[in-house]
Amino acid sequence: MELIAVGIAGVKALLVLLMVLSLSAMLLWVERKGSALIQDRIGANRANIFGVLPFNLGFVNTLIADPLKLLTKEDMVPAGADKFLHFLAPFLAVFPVLVTFAAVPFGDQLVIGDTVINLQVADLDIGILYVLAMSSLAVYGVVLGGWASNSRWALLGGIRGSAQMISYEIAMGLALIGAVMAFGTLDLQAIARAQGYHFFGVIPAWGIIYQPLGFLIFLIAGIAETKRVPFDLPEGESELIAGFFTEYSGMKQAAFMLSDFAESVVVAGLATTLFFGAWQVPFLFREGFHFPGGVVVAVPHLLVVALQFVSFIVKVFALCVFQILVRWTLPRYRYDQVMDLGWKYLLPLALANMLVTGVVIVLLG
Amino acid sequence: MIVPTEWVLMLSAVLFSIGVVGVLVRRNVIVIFMAIELMLNAVNLTFVAFARSRGAVDGQVVVFFVMTVAAAEAAVGLAIIIASFRNRTTVNADELALLRG
Amino acid sequence: MGAILFLVLAVLTVVSALTVVLHPNPVKSALALVVTLFVLAVIFVLLDAHMIAALQIIVYAGAIMVLFLFVIMLLNLQNDDPDRGRRRLVLRGFAWAGGLVLAIELALLVRGAPVGTPGAAPAGYGGAAAVAKSLYTDFLLPFELTSILLLVAVVGAVVLAQRQRRPTIS
Repeated sequence: MELIAVGIAGVKALLVLLMVLSLSAMLLWVERKGSALIQDRIGANRANIFGVLPFNLGFVNTLIADPLKLLTKEDMVPAGADKFLHFLAPFLAVFPVLVTFAAVPFGDQLVIGDTVINLQVADLDIGILYVLAMSSLAVYGVVLGGWASNSRWALLGGIRGSAQMISYEIAMGLALIGAVMAFGTLDLQAIARAQGYHFFGVIPAWGIIYQPLGFLIFLIAGIAETKRVPFDLPEGESELIAGFFTEYSGMKQAAFMLSDFAESVVVAGLATTLFFGAWQVPFLFREGFHFPGGVVVAVPHLLVVALQFVSFIVKVFALCVFQILVRWTLPRYRYDQVMDLGWKYLLPLALANMLVTGVVIVLLG
Repeated sequence: MIVPTEWVLMLSAVLFSIGVVGVLVRRNVIVIFMAIELMLNAVNLTFVAFARSRGAVDGQVVVFFVMTVAAAEAAVGLAIIIASFRNRTTVNADELALLRG
Repeated sequence: MGAILFLVLAVLTVVSALTVVLHPNPVKSALALVVTLFVLAVIFVLLDAHMIAALQIIVYAGAIMVLFLFVIMLLNLQNDDPDRGRRRLVLRGFAWAGGLVLAIELALLVRGAPVGTPGAAPAGYGGAAAVAKSLYTDFLLPFELTSILLLVAVVGAVVLAQRQRRPTIS
């Protein structure tokens, strides 16, 4: 029945949305405490509920106190700013990022009785193109946020940010083409399933083995797309106050920060799907484990699904933590260095990667 | 889901006419440009509708080329506008009349 | 079902296209054009042209319109002056009348077209493989020419928009 199909799709969409939002929240906490660890300080540890918690890891601070503070702040629109655009920019920043996850698979399939549910919100045969399309829409939030604030710093941050984003979009797309050539399809679920077998029975055939350079280019371009350090000149905290979202307060600022972390999750999710086997657990097939020695361990279906889901989350989380580590380790690039890197180094490298991949594919038949 | 081709063609006709009116009525050169892009998109829609009706992808390939040419034209056109803005600081088509006899 | 969805999308398209043409603020016009392009992409998906829909968003809504917004922001354009003067209003009226006549003519032309409701699409229609196959075999020459065209456009845009360097006295 159509209605059941629609209901299942709705549940999946809700699940993915919750997953992205909770990952973003967790990452916020990891960022604060992780940065504190790296910088040899304690970090936020003051807020607690009626003094109940014996040790304070900053959970209450990050996950309860901060959101509440942002929710209850006064929402200011600067004088002379275009009210409609000022209101629209946070939506445009958040929407494309959350929607991108519709094409990313978070599991193989769930079999309930007769129905086989594909664990992916939308099984598009042009999955990667859809993801690229939605990331290219993310520029509008930055452009409009900068323009609509009627402020010098915001405009500068907005222009820098959008120029940076559209430059690195190209390198990101070209790096993905290499992976598409290696797998022969644009469908993300098909790519995830194609990474299921093992070389010599031992090494899992994950994308990073086919495309190491592609992964590197994609990761660098992805970090530049999300405007994180070392590419965070658009929101250079020591230079432009808060860059393109200087004039935003309260929930709108929270929306911009959410888009920052959610973009991070999207880049990690894409990298996982294409280069790290998506939801694949090494040696785990649909019926159970097939270890190299010939040992077969049968696993019930629901446990397989749960293991695959957990493996996806763990991989995405690991890549996000890596991005956070990069943020707190490297200094910021200067603007002309950012543009040089995107156009003069990453773009030719990505093209060369495409060429070499094509040649290898033709030679190997 | 099947859409009657005639309806799509009518929508494309309406969009094209709106684009034509935009070019004729507006004086801001950039908005005139946007109206031209609207006309190009109406044509794209026609091509896709016919391609679907005939079941051949040739129409979609033509759309690919139209998009590329539109991108090139937009880039060069906007560069011209920026260059002329440096001299006369206006984007009003009525005032950009140096070549008028 | 498809027809109802198409009607809703068509109304959205026409409303945003009218906003592009009518709104005095160029930034809002540009945003309305982005909405138009997005809804057109959705209509393309409805017509089974998936790859073209994705390309429409990546190229048109994601790149060309950003370029438009950049230029509008760079030139710091404000709202257009409202029309003054009787001559201008009469000319406007003629333009709108002409547009209406054009629309009616085109609609009548379309009514006579020998197309009915299309049948089921062939397998793989509109996907990347089908379009690419046609692009690289039947349309190879236009493809190569387009790449040269893009190169010319890039060089031209960079040269035209460059700041004039003051001639140095050697």
